[in-house]
Amino acid sequence: MKIPYYPGCTLNTFAKSFDESARDAASAIGFEMAELKQWNCCGATFPLTPDNLIALSAPAKVLSNAGKEGDTLTTLCSVCYNVLKRTNKVLRDNREKRATINGFIEEEYDGSVNVLHFLEVLRDKVGFDKVKAAVKRPLAGIKTGAYYGCMLLRPFEDMGIDNAERPTVFENLLKALGAEPVEFPNRIECCGAHLAMNNEEVVTKLSGNVMTSAVGSGAELIVTSCPLCQYNLEKSQDKVVSSTPGYTGVPVIYFTQALGLALGQPIESLGFEKNVTDVMPLLKKKGIV
Amino acid sequence: MKIKLLKEEIESASIHHLQRISGEDLKKCYQCGNCSGGCPVSYEMEIAPSQVMRFLQLGKIEEVMKANSMWVCVGCLQCYSRCPKGCSVAAVLEGLRQTVLRKGEDFEKISKIPMQFLKNAPQQAIVCGFRKFVS
Amino acid sequence: MPRIGVFVCQCGNNIAATVDTKKVAEEMKKLPGVVYTCDYKFMCSSPGQDMLRQAIKENKLDGLIVSACSPHMHEKTFRKAAEAAGLNPYQCEITNIREQCSWVHHDTTKAVGTVKSIDLTRMTIERLKKNRPLKKIKIPVKKRALVIGGGIAGIQAALDIADGGREVILVEKEPSIGGNMARLSETFPTMDCSQCILTPKMVEAELNENITLLTYSEVEKVDGYIGNFTVQIKRKSKFVDEERCTGCGECIEKCPFKTESAFELGLAKRKVIYTPFPQSVPNVPVIDAPNCPKIQKDKCGACAIVCGPKCIDFKMEDKIVTEEVGAIVVATGYQLMPNERFGEYGYGRIKDVISGMQFERLASSSGPTGGEIRRPSDGKVPQNVVFIQCVGSRDEKKGVSYCSKVCCMYTAKHTMLYKHKVHDGQSYVFYMDIRSGGKRYEEFVRKAIEHDDAMYLRGRVSRVYEKDGKVIVQGADTLSGSQVEIEADMVVLATAIVSREGADTLAQKLGIGYDKYKFYNEYHPKLRPVETVTAGIFLAGTCMGPMDIPESVAQGSAAASKVLALFSADEMAREPITAGVNKTTCNACWDCVTACPYSAIERESVKDRQGNIVKWLARVNEGVCQGCGVCVAACRSKSVDLRGYTDEQVFAAINSF
Repeated sequence: MKIPYYPGCTLNTFAKSFDESARDAASAIGFEMAELKQWNCCGATFPLTPDNLIALSAPAKVLSNAGKEGDTLTTLCSVCYNVLKRTNKVLRDNREKRATINGFIEEEYDGSVNVLHFLEVLRDKVGFDKVKAAVKRPLAGIKTGAYYGCMLLRPFEDMGIDNAERPTVFENLLKALGAEPVEFPNRIECCGAHLAMNNEEVVTKLSGNVMTSAVGSGAELIVTSCPLCQYNLEKSQDKVVSSTPGYTGVPVIYFTQALGLALGQPIESLGFEKNVTDVMPLLKKKGIV
Repeated sequence: MKIKLLKEEIESASIHHLQRISGEDLKKCYQCGNCSGGCPVSYEMEIAPSQVMRFLQLGKIEEVMKANSMWVCVGCLQCYSRCPKGCSVAAVLEGLRQTVLRKGEDFEKISKIPMQFLKNAPQQAIVCGFRKFVS
Repeated sequence: MPRIGVFVCQCGNNIAATVDTKKVAEEMKKLPGVVYTCDYKFMCSSPGQDMLRQAIKENKLDGLIVSACSPHMHEKTFRKAAEAAGLNPYQCEITNIREQCSWVHHDTTKAVGTVKSIDLTRMTIERLKKNRPLKKIKIPVKKRALVIGGGIAGIQAALDIADGGREVILVEKEPSIGGNMARLSETFPTMDCSQCILTPKMVEAELNENITLLTYSEVEKVDGYIGNFTVQIKRKSKFVDEERCTGCGECIEKCPFKTESAFELGLAKRKVIYTPFPQSVPNVPVIDAPNCPKIQKDKCGACAIVCGPKCIDFKMEDKIVTEEVGAIVVATGYQLMPNERFGEYGYGRIKDVISGMQFERLASSSGPTGGEIRRPSDGKVPQNVVFIQCVGSRDEKKGVSYCSKVCCMYTAKHTMLYKHKVHDGQSYVFYMDIRSGGKRYEEFVRKAIEHDDAMYLRGRVSRVYEKDGKVIVQGADTLSGSQVEIEADMVVLATAIVSREGADTLAQKLGIGYDKYKFYNEYHPKLRPVETVTAGIFLAGTCMGPMDIPESVAQGSAAASKVLALFSADEMAREPITAGVNKTTCNACWDCVTACPYSAIERESVKDRQGNIVKWLARVNEGVCQGCGVCVAACRSKSVDLRGYTDEQVFAAINSF
């Protein structure tokens, strides 16, 4: 199985370990993430004002390129997923906007590509049972909090990957990997997102809430599906540790790193050294490495 | 605080413009407060999300434009996700941002953004931040 | 030559403002067959009717037109007046020159309105010329009633009909009558115990000689029409002989198996052979077959061994009984929207988030905690309880757009019950608006706030989550403009009232209408609140929409009075505006049968002397036909016609335009 894959800017640079661990995991399970021959930035934000068609042209171009390579497109980054999936819906359902955008990007794209998150590929195309069967290094005993964030789930009527208030896809994957999923209250709350640019205080507070909420529910590890969430959580870590009595920090990794780990990929290939937080002590403590 | 209600403000062109570009019907909001209750950054906003909707219903767009609310909104869509009336305060706030940015007025000067951030942050944070704060 | 009279009504200024009624009358006089015309300020007034009667007699009129308001308003009035003057009432026709003319025109020069009124009246005159005298249809009435649903509305209806001396069959789906009201602890605003006021009525229903209780039963099929319904009722097997059972309870005592109690809404268990609650009527247990090891695997059978009168029969099967009734009262009640739909409130995941109905059980002295407020997770007495109103109600996105009407009141009641039982406890209520319209209702809510210290917060709750054994509630208080967080011990959701599951299926069996929420439609929301469009079928209680106990009871009584009025005569008269089939041209294609929304058209066979079928024909059952005319449009051979609106009449009207 070959699935057309859109890495997006961040995974090509900042979050290389997210990208590589996913590709390796895919081949370990038995499918290939085939990077689009040509792609550009998705715009990193879906315009909330419906008249802002110019902001849809970049993701439309990505989708149109994907349409030339197949009928599905998978992404890893939650933000890219959100932007592409919602743009695709506009192109599919709104004839007028489709015509305008197509005219602008000089393409004839009709919204027929099925945009999937990597989690959906694992759940619906591969099947978690098959993932489970491929596990060689179960993450046994690791209490893991899956941090969904916002863009993977909302708005529900556009994303539809899972229940927006009580999602399970992440936890089910973690179960398949042998980990012990921890549902924590703030798993669908915001990390502060782009306020990282000009409002560090808010980001620290929100990311701190996410991490303390996870640890408060017993999590020893947090997995993410978005480089921005990953960045905000990791960057806030020290400040939260110093300002929160009793909180000693929690390692944060991409879910694909956890996946690669469970599938028995060599530790050095997972890019843990690129993470700010150190997951190794935990892995050693649990006897996984 | 005392405000004077004026028909001209309630029905003003800027309110109509905002409704048009945001795609939201301000009248639909019945002020239940769910958005303010669930908004992760409402504590930081000078005017909370449900109050933003109220001020706009009253035609007081200037009050809202003066406040930091629209620049603090992260667009996490929790307000929209839980709104029993299907309103999106996030879209309204983006509409307000857009009315500023489309005039060519930046909220953040690119030159003022710390190099440290531009160097280390994930690209998506930079692109997204520019889209939200820079004209 | 016909002798037609035309009476043009001014309706005060309603018509006269834009129609020159005098001119209309004068113009009509010129038409052949019209021998008398006039205009008058209010034709419907007593002097107006006198004038009409007098004109009929003096001018020997054989038909008349009243050009006035909609026939919905006064057709009956004028036909009665015509009848009193010796005319066949169906020789009186109405032209609507108000709703369809004067009200829609603003031209005070009266030019347009007058011309249009003249046209409309002329068309009616031509139609009238083709009228044939009609007679009301007489239908015999079976003077027994069926009441579907044994909640408070159904019980009230059954009791009132029975007190009126008529037989009633009361069908209830559950093993006991009592409905949702049996679950309630106290009732607002009087705070009397629900069971204490309900059980006497339940017992009365059981003892009343005119009432036959069919519990654990459901309506399967309904045929017939007003005065003559045939109803098939499925009596689910109780595995207990109702006649012989003494209700001693020994079987329940000895049954070794337990399962979740539906009556207690998951807060307690019950035995596999059970009565839903101690005061059940009838006091006859039923066996929950899917959970009974004896029935499933032929193991156990303890109940049969201990049963003195030997009335347990594991082989008992469902049976169908057929009843003939003249009227049906539908009182099937409501259920609550599943709270799981609102993931942000954590219902189903957080044990101490419960529904309002579950709180009723906690507060009820016959409930699982004996009336002590203890939270489900650990049985502790909660010190902080948050009540969330409008869960699903007024939520067009995830719930329903309407207001469930009773939640404001029962939440206030809950806070009082809680305070009365947990004196040092604090209650919080998140509300959007307080809707306390009703006798002594507003005072009741104020008492909860001022006397029983309920903290009312205007705003909605955004999410609820667990933390260190507490239930954290995060919401807004829009009055202070702040985000609010409460560390609660228990959360109570005031869940939306929705129609019963299967309400639509039953409606289809009965041929009655329902709205998009599957609540049954009344004939007219103001003036015919307990009737349906199907004659002989009446409604009572929450099957029509959210309402409280006083309203449900009032409706039960109202429906009963309608039934008794229907039963007061041996025969009932119906409007003769029904379809008829031309037997010589009908080719039995059955298009009309398929098209008829009331199942009023039957297949009739024509037999020769030897009894062999020689021909099939469509036949209209006049008792059921509502005169909608769909069959007329469907019939390809033009063999069906509608009395009072025949093709001939309609074409005559059109041709004169």
